[in-house]
Amino acid sequence: MRLRLVSRMCAGGPLSIVQLTGGSGVTRQAVTKHLHVLAEAGLVRDSREGRERRWELDPSRLDEARHALDVISQQWDHTLGRLREFLERSGR
Amino acid sequence: MSKSGETSTDRIEKKVLLRAPRARVWRALTEPAQFGAWFGAKMPPGSFAPGKTTRAAITHPGYEHLTLEITIAKMEPERLFSWRWHPGAVDPKRDYSKDPTTLVVFTLEEAEGGTLLTVVESGFDKVPSAYRATAFRGNRDGWTEQMKNIERHVTANPAT
Repeated sequence: MRLRLVSRMCAGGPLSIVQLTGGSGVTRQAVTKHLHVLAEAGLVRDSREGRERRWELDPSRLDEARHALDVISQQWDHTLGRLREFLERSGR
Repeated sequence: MSKSGETSTDRIEKKVLLRAPRARVWRALTEPAQFGAWFGAKMPPGSFAPGKTTRAAITHPGYEHLTLEITIAKMEPERLFSWRWHPGAVDPKRDYSKDPTTLVVFTLEEAEGGTLLTVVESGFDKVPSAYRATAFRGNRDGWTEQMKNIERHVTANPAT
């Protein structure tokens, strides 16, 4: 669901809740909830346009998040490499 | 090591084929002394039981001031092992207790020539971004240095 919201905003933003809900098969409340989670993570931001609130991606934060995940991903590669070495070294 | 695995903003998945039977991999994961040997932490005996929280000193030279803190979620012998922790919780002066945790799940599967181990860490979307950015930026260089230490150790002590 969140991935879907992000890809929608990638395609064209800023978008209103109505636009983001359209065709998703879930309620506006559910979409709003997901948007708030994404906003808390710094991945999206909202702005007011007249009486309407619109949502768009916050690209800098998205890069930061991707970078953070890349780093953790690398750490797991190293950690699992150590596990493999440990198993090979210690035999059965 | 397998580079396969999926990455979204919420989760990391890794798969690695280990040339050892499942029972052996299970012990390396869940016996505190063995876990500590490859993970790099001084795990107290009896650390691993569902629901149990353990704090353990990191053992790598230069990083002894850091603490590993994990809370075991599930243990299904030779099949599944999971814990919760605060990713990148490296600053001993900061209180992480109210921050959201990520869930780390190890799954063991029988595979040709050994055991297929899958690791999934999820829940990153809920980790506050400010803390995440600083924690990991600070962590990156530290980790590179730490890897060099391990490499040195392994090369210098091949028999241990």
